[in-house]
Amino acid sequence: MFDFSVVTNWIHGLLVSVMPLGLASFVECVLIGICIMLMYAVIAMIMIFMERKVCASFQCRLGPNRVGPWGLCQLFADVIKMLIKEIIVIRHSDRFLYNLAPYIVILGSILAFACIPINKGIEVLDFNVGIFFFMAASSIGVVGILLAGWSSNNKYSLIGAMRSGAQMISYELSVGLSIMTIVVLTDTMQFSEIVERQADGWFIFKGHIPALIAFVTYLIAGNAEVNRGPFDLPEAESELTAGYHTEYSGMHFGLFYLAEFMNLFIVSSIAATVFLGGWMPLHIAGWNGFNQIMDYIPGFVWFFGKAFFVVWLLMWIKWTFPRLRVDQILHLEWKILVPIGLANLLLMTVCVVFGWHF
Amino acid sequence: MEITLDLIVFLVLAAFIVVSSVMAVTTKRILRSATYLLFVLFGTAGIYFQLNYSFLGAVQLLIYAGGITVLYVFSILLTSSQGDHAEKLTNSKMFAGLSASAAGLVICLFVTLKNKFVPSHFEHGELEVRTIGHALMGTEKYQYLLPFEVISLLLLACIVGGILIARKR
Repeated sequence: MFDFSVVTNWIHGLLVSVMPLGLASFVECVLIGICIMLMYAVIAMIMIFMERKVCASFQCRLGPNRVGPWGLCQLFADVIKMLIKEIIVIRHSDRFLYNLAPYIVILGSILAFACIPINKGIEVLDFNVGIFFFMAASSIGVVGILLAGWSSNNKYSLIGAMRSGAQMISYELSVGLSIMTIVVLTDTMQFSEIVERQADGWFIFKGHIPALIAFVTYLIAGNAEVNRGPFDLPEAESELTAGYHTEYSGMHFGLFYLAEFMNLFIVSSIAATVFLGGWMPLHIAGWNGFNQIMDYIPGFVWFFGKAFFVVWLLMWIKWTFPRLRVDQILHLEWKILVPIGLANLLLMTVCVVFGWHF
Repeated sequence: MEITLDLIVFLVLAAFIVVSSVMAVTTKRILRSATYLLFVLFGTAGIYFQLNYSFLGAVQLLIYAGGITVLYVFSILLTSSQGDHAEKLTNSKMFAGLSASAAGLVICLFVTLKNKFVPSHFEHGELEVRTIGHALMGTEKYQYLLPFEVISLLLLACIVGGILIARKR
């Protein structure tokens, strides 16, 4: 396995040799910040292209195919369009909060994105409370959505924001419970450590029945937390125009759009990291030759492969099922998913105590 | 006193917290002051992270920024309308507020100046989650199972109260 800390240590050594340590750490922080944002933007563009193509094939269409080969340049055209559009100022809106809201949403999203381990040695935020920090960071976005809905001075936006807030707060519970199930299995919350523990089999195999239940619960709750179909009623077009971001235009709308797609990617990559092994190749305990061959495929290929597989699963769900009603969504969460999650946590604890896992 | 990165980061965070908290109490619109309060909580979390106490920092973000502030914003959205502005301060209220903050300042200064701080530098290395867990759930000396359970009782009372208010039959 190639360890990326070789590269980062080399850069660190290079910087320390020309400037004092404090300044070097500052420069490194800035560099890492730029890299994260660049990757964030590039992955978001890939996600948007994938969404269009996957949606098209589920609906027996072709998708974008006019601009460039397979419609690839459509993306760049859209990005440029978004960047140069005018940002409209709404009268009688709270200007300060209206402009602030998209940045709070994107702040939470980027903080959560920085927690994800991409390869051995590329772990930007790797606290020993990593999972806890991830959940804290992803809960910031709700504030931004509520502020956006309120400050737009629009009834539809406000209703959309309230729905969105209620839904995200509720489903955070199930996300937390299903991740806790795996934390019970691993006895650590550090992302790099969680990936290392999956060297002899991914947790979805090691934890068998409770891990599988937790995985399915996580996928449903995660899909609902990022407000995507069949749980996309905060922005149900037929009822609420576009929900909380109705009044936003130009790049402010673009930031909401970006954050929504990236939250989908973040949810999927956490599923890939916690349940499917992250950058850890497919290892089967005992089959050393097979494991050796699998190690030749670099870690980030495994990571992105798994993450985009989960993204594809979620898109499949989105374009297959019809939208739920508000009461159905809350019913599903509070009366079905939370009890299942609690019982499953208990089941996993019993399995771990009696050693019934692999 | 030499200028280090730690010091600069601390000064930036401190200035951010002070400015945000002053804005939180002086602004006329209630949702804006909730937002400035959010900034204060972010800054405090930043200081915890700087002290390498990432557990408390994450708790600060999750409970206060992601929980309490959302609760505040929700209740403001449900109760106030767009045009609501704070009333003008009466003299008696102004006096009460000023004396309360002066008393708080005196107490804080007294404690800070009186207390002897043992390590005057940042401790590097994180605290194990396991240690925190044992301290929270243990029953021995310096372990806090009883307060933990008492707080859960308080939360239960809050839930019952909430249901009582929501379902008036």
